[in-house]
Amino acid sequence: MSAHATTVSGHRRDQGVAVVIDNVAKHFGEVKALRGFSADIRYGRLTGLVGPDGAGKTTLMRIMTGLLVPNGGRVSLAGFDVVADNDAIHIASGYMPQRFGLYEDLSVMENMRLYAQLRGMDADQHADIFASLLDFTRLGPFTTRLAGKLSGGMKQKLGLACALMAKPRVLLLDEPSVGVDPVSRQDLWRMVQALTDDGMAVVWSTAYLDEAERCESVLLLNEGKLEFDGAPQELTDRLKQRSFRLTGVSDERRAVLSQALELPTVGDGVIQGDAVRVVLREDAGREEIDALAGEVGAQLEPVQPRFEDAFIDLLGGGPGGTSALAERMHVVELDSDIAVSCQDLSKHFGDFIATDAVSFEVHKGEIFGLLGPNGAGKSTTFKMLCGLLKPTEGEAHVVGLDLRNATGAAKSQLGYMAQKFSLYGLLSVRQNLEFSAGVYGLEGAAKRQRIGEMIETFDLKQYLSTSPDSLPLGYKQRLALACALMHRPPVLFLDEPTSGVDPITRREFWTHINGLARKGVTVMVTTHFMDEAEYCDRVAMMYRARLIALDTPDALKRASRSDDNPDPTMEDAFIHLVESAELDDAADATAKAAA
Amino acid sequence: MSHEIIEVHTGAAPGGQTNQARASRRFDRRRLLALVRKESLQAIRDPSTILIAFVLPVVLLFLFAYAVSLDVREVRIGVVLESDGAAAQSLAAAFAGTRYLKVTPARDRREVAEQVVSGTLRGFVVIPQDFERRLASQLPQPLVQVITDGSQPNTANFVANYAQGVVQTWAAGRSVSAPAAAIQLEPRYWFNAELESRRALVPGAIAIVMTIIGTMLTALVVAREWERGTMEAVLSTPASVIEILIGKLLPYFALGMIATLASAALAVFVFDVPLRGSLLALLTLSAVFLIPALGQGLLISAITRNQFLASQLALFSGFLPSFLLSGFLFEIDAMPLPIQAITYLIPARYFVSSLQTVFLAGDVWSVFIPNLAAMAAIGVLFFVIAKRKTRKNLEA
Repeated sequence: MSAHATTVSGHRRDQGVAVVIDNVAKHFGEVKALRGFSADIRYGRLTGLVGPDGAGKTTLMRIMTGLLVPNGGRVSLAGFDVVADNDAIHIASGYMPQRFGLYEDLSVMENMRLYAQLRGMDADQHADIFASLLDFTRLGPFTTRLAGKLSGGMKQKLGLACALMAKPRVLLLDEPSVGVDPVSRQDLWRMVQALTDDGMAVVWSTAYLDEAERCESVLLLNEGKLEFDGAPQELTDRLKQRSFRLTGVSDERRAVLSQALELPTVGDGVIQGDAVRVVLREDAGREEIDALAGEVGAQLEPVQPRFEDAFIDLLGGGPGGTSALAERMHVVELDSDIAVSCQDLSKHFGDFIATDAVSFEVHKGEIFGLLGPNGAGKSTTFKMLCGLLKPTEGEAHVVGLDLRNATGAAKSQLGYMAQKFSLYGLLSVRQNLEFSAGVYGLEGAAKRQRIGEMIETFDLKQYLSTSPDSLPLGYKQRLALACALMHRPPVLFLDEPTSGVDPITRREFWTHINGLARKGVTVMVTTHFMDEAEYCDRVAMMYRARLIALDTPDALKRASRSDDNPDPTMEDAFIHLVESAELDDAADATAKAAA
Repeated sequence: MSHEIIEVHTGAAPGGQTNQARASRRFDRRRLLALVRKESLQAIRDPSTILIAFVLPVVLLFLFAYAVSLDVREVRIGVVLESDGAAAQSLAAAFAGTRYLKVTPARDRREVAEQVVSGTLRGFVVIPQDFERRLASQLPQPLVQVITDGSQPNTANFVANYAQGVVQTWAAGRSVSAPAAAIQLEPRYWFNAELESRRALVPGAIAIVMTIIGTMLTALVVAREWERGTMEAVLSTPASVIEILIGKLLPYFALGMIATLASAALAVFVFDVPLRGSLLALLTLSAVFLIPALGQGLLISAITRNQFLASQLALFSGFLPSFLLSGFLFEIDAMPLPIQAITYLIPARYFVSSLQTVFLAGDVWSVFIPNLAAMAAIGVLFFVIAKRKTRKNLEA
């Protein structure tokens, strides 16, 4: 790569400001996307633009590339004003939009050629730059493959190669890690590292807070405001001596978390495998948490604070630990201990195998996670389990009912919350509740009573006549959950329930889910947030249609522990598993070839 | 579109001064070529483009050539022969021998009456038992009875008149001695002597095909770039709006011309439509018609940026008007005045009349020139609005 980037290497590390953001504001009609803030982005550094969905990250990105005009303030990139010197911006910057901006009908090489020519690169310069980019992105063997047939990770690398044409001085990557498996993400970090070492300014926007820790500098956005500007370490340092882990409470961890969150000195808490992780409020003493640890017989040990802890702290702490919803739920009684099961479940779409012979059993009251990158087959598996798709082979049971011949009866035993909540935007909140009560066959007094309960538990009264679209995110999530639980199902299916949701709303959501699990409700959940798998009792990891591992989060992490990495994260565990699955595949192939 | 170089403050710019200068041009031939190449590759690889540009036109042309016919031909009727006389037999044979009727012979009127009720036959003619006697008698009395299906008035009229005609011709042929009419009117239809509607419909259908390719396809492909996020990526490069727009249009212009040639070949060699004018005139007309067609497609996609909306808009503002208001299916002279006024805004109107002229009459430039001017004017209008609506950013 060095051959390609040497021209920018005149700017060694820390050589001046690449982007100046001066009191920038942007609104779309009533919606205020950016509320006026200032910041600098420097050359030779990876700057993370971090924040939950809707924080204003993409808007800021588009302003920096000259694709949107700010309503107030000024932004300049490489010395050019984004509005006045718009044409110069397009030369100085390389931009990879979300979904990478690739032409799916064109091959890898054709995409690269197109962007090279659009950026005014000479044909005779092509050969060496193309060679170095192909080498850098390891796309060399795939130059004739159509972009539409590439995996998410390879698309991302191709998008990066296209954005890097003609040596931009500032590289802007909008959510480059969405839809990309952890292994490819690892590769991208490596590439970006090489670019910043050569003096390029790289801006990486992300909704994954754990990615912020890897950036040298972070702009933390929330609701159009800049909450923090600096090195991530600076932010997490504020939490020194405030993050703790309670261990030895594995059977009671949900109850312990709930109790801990009720303590006035505890600002935030999550489940982390067998343990409970808590963050104390600023200037709070550890007496209360020590007392709790003693009471439940847990060991309390200080741990390294994480960026997400710091973000929650910055926003004033997470929600309390009691779920009003779960309080109202009746304890679920089932005849059998197995709530959901499947044997050799497969689904083929033509030649494509989406799910390949997946088998597992889920116990009553368990929180069971299906984890994997986009396209791994988790949604397909999930849809077969709740009767929305017919399996090509194998069978699935919910509360003992066979989904092939008792689909209707099985469906009445499960609650389903689809991705993005899928509420009816043209119906009011009350009508949404009435509709879901109606489809589950509730009538008359029972229906009125159940709807009343939901309104009270989720505190929806003030919003009854508004449209779900105009609800704050947290309330939208409450409403979706209320609709899925209207008929008090013993099994709850949640498909990507927390994607696009800010961390505080996620906390509140998990409080409800933990409460429900304690009442014996079985919860099936898919997620691509690796750290969220920590909330699950057991996790099934899917990769390329197959189940590559099924165990408790702690056991999965333990298996990937090494001398280099004594305390692996879920993501490390996943990468480890994928790599060993690929090794097995290779070994199988060699064995077959030998035979 | 001049090669002006806008001033760039290169500042602490890295090497490649020439690169920077080229990249900042508003119009650069090489960038345009790159875009055209990209678009052409996409068009060729996307099966839906081929479907819309070639399969759909062929289906449409076949429909208009064979299935849609404004002519009455091969109407199915019954002929009930109640008499066994030689004269009766010969009249029945005369019915069976006509080009426009398809005869089901019968002996009893009840057989055919049922088929008229069920709609299998459009009517029947009864040659009565006393046919020979009636023929011989000098009294003016009807020779045959004609019963038709009045639920389809046009066809019923045709059957009644035509049956009458058959009988008269037959009678005239029998009595060679009968005096011929003193003056005989013999109508002649110019340009389409046999009044075959196919000959007028097929050239008109070419206009429809061109509207689909020009407006619908263009609107869809631009909207698709917005939807897939590729437009955002291209806009972030130094490529200018003009280059992006022209790069989009050139391949579809070429595709439109190829489709015209293919349709014209199909019309001449398969559907027997004569091409009395020159190929040059046909190509000139098509090329000029593509200006408003492409311009409209561009305008639609500039407004919607969404494939579903774009296809709906193209359907309602492009396809349907050129179908209904161009004089292709319905004669403009027969429309109410306000509607006639609207047809002047439809580019297809000028194209359909020019196409019919070039196919059926020949190169009549006094017809073509005003039509060409009108199409070009509407086209330029579309382009000016589309250019204004398209900015080099994502602001709605």
